[in-house]
Amino acid sequence: MAATIEVRNLSHTYSVGTPFQHDAVKHLSFTVERGEFLGIIGHTGSGKSTLIQHLNGLLKPTEGDVLLDGESIWKDKLTTRAARFRVGLVFQYPEYQLFEDTVFQDIAFGPKNMGLKEAEIRQRVLRAADFAGVDRSVLDKSPFDLSGGQKRRVAIAGVIAMEPEVIVFDEPTAGLDPAGCASLLENIRAYRQATGATILMVSHSMDDVARLADRLLVLNKGQVEMMGKPSEIFTRAQRLREIGLNVPQVTTLFLRLKELGAPVDPATYTVEDALEQLLRLKGGGRRA
Amino acid sequence: MLKDITLGQYFPGDTVVHRLDPRTKLLLVIVYIVALFLCKWYVSYAVALAFLALAVALSRIRLKALFKGLKPLIIIIIFTALLNLFYSEGRVLVEFWIFKITYEGIQNAFFLVLRIMLLVMGTFLLTYTTSPIALTDGLESLLSPLKKIRFPVHELAMMMSIALRFIPTLIEETDKIISAQKARGADFETGNIFRRAKALIPILVPLFVSAFRRADELATAMECRCYHGGKGRTKLKQLHYRGRDVIALLLGALLLAAVIVLRQFAL
Ligand SMILES: Nc1ncnc2c1ncn2[C@@H]1O[C@H](COP(=O)(O)OP(=O)(O)OP(=O)(O)O)[C@@H](O)[C@H]1O
Ligand SMILES: [Mg+2]
Repeated sequence: MAATIEVRNLSHTYSVGTPFQHDAVKHLSFTVERGEFLGIIGHTGSGKSTLIQHLNGLLKPTEGDVLLDGESIWKDKLTTRAARFRVGLVFQYPEYQLFEDTVFQDIAFGPKNMGLKEAEIRQRVLRAADFAGVDRSVLDKSPFDLSGGQKRRVAIAGVIAMEPEVIVFDEPTAGLDPAGCASLLENIRAYRQATGATILMVSHSMDDVARLADRLLVLNKGQVEMMGKPSEIFTRAQRLREIGLNVPQVTTLFLRLKELGAPVDPATYTVEDALEQLLRLKGGGRRA
Repeated sequence: MLKDITLGQYFPGDTVVHRLDPRTKLLLVIVYIVALFLCKWYVSYAVALAFLALAVALSRIRLKALFKGLKPLIIIIIFTALLNLFYSEGRVLVEFWIFKITYEGIQNAFFLVLRIMLLVMGTFLLTYTTSPIALTDGLESLLSPLKKIRFPVHELAMMMSIALRFIPTLIEETDKIISAQKARGADFETGNIFRRAKALIPILVPLFVSAFRRADELATAMECRCYHGGKGRTKLKQLHYRGRDVIALLLGALLLAAVIVLRQFAL
């Protein structure tokens, strides 16, 4: 259960023909492989949210195309509608879209729109709740009685319940406390491991995407600035800073160590990696 | 997108018309509307048109923007024109079945359409060249004599400016909620009227919840800054009449006088 996404020469212009006309993304081309975890980073207003709304056909490209498993999602109406369910989209602050009487019904909204049977819906809701970390005891409560973090998990479960082949998260951890962030990211990781779904995640936190993503897509002013493995991207710290981004804290430290002449790998971005290298350095020091 | 609605939109600029005192502009629009209703014949309409043309030229607002404002009214305009065309007594030009078109009918229809168009374009020019904040300030100042009879002028103005301030925010929010529910497969386009009305629930509930939340937050924020009504409240931007306002008001008086005089001669 996974799909490849291909974005071909995608451009989107808002408010065409008014004084407020604005190119949000320009000539984007890239491919996301089956089962891959792609991190999307870029400064505020770089077009991240605009880009991801094209992946399930919410926005129509002004130019270019989006292909799912090699087939354009704009081929005909049915294909476009199918894309809605094949590519799940979790918006920024998704907790503001809750509306049903109970948490259960809210999570069931997507599957119901897919026209599934009652029993199947029930199964999916329970499964999605588990994946998203929604406690089964709250399923009968009103979503409006939950805390902000719980609401967000309910909203995420609402998308997971459609069991899409691709899930796109727009800043899923924005506004959560560190513990909430960590456990939500762990939920996402576990979901991916269990289902093999393709995952795209927009994030402002380099540390988060660095740890989870197989590859990173860096956007700058609506264009692809870089795309590649985190270790490749983070060696270009200088350029990242120029376009208003940062590198993970560990990488900053290791770049500095390298500058000072220590024999370390400057493209280190996880704490575990860093620890291993530091221990090796220390061990080497003793031997000398 | 919902965002592209232009109703009552402000186009920032730095022309004479933009810099006029909002009270002057409000008064001028009232004078202009009264004048329009006093117009009788081609000559007086031409005078009113000239007045509007002068204001438009000075404001550098593009004609396209003004005509765009007329778009939502096309149906009303056509409807009133047709009514007048077919239901006026007078010299008959064409007659078929139960319809007859008279010479007077054509003329009435023409004047009515002209009147509506001039009226709408004039008021749009006001909202195009005056920021909503300036507009409510002007209104508050113009209505302030009513405070004597305990009419809540300040509260009304405050409500208006808050409403105006939040319209774009709520529109943006509605767009977002629609997208989010569409992403969960919500379908707003197909089905009969009942299904479609029901499909609005996933939009309206979150929208109301968020509007109430915003209202609550705003009330708290206002109280934190010691807001307690209009009494003794001073303004950051004081309104002052200047030379250009006097000239503009004189022009307005001239327009009214001209139309009244022309009316005497049925021109
Ligand atoms: N509905 C819209 N109408 C007009 N312009 C828009 C709209 N949505 C976004 N834009 C503009 O398009 C550009 C890209 O916006 P987008 O929301 O994609 O950025 P982003 O990378 O998601 O930013 P952030 O990190 O703040 O979420 C911005 O300049 C924004 O002002
Ligand atoms: Mg965004």
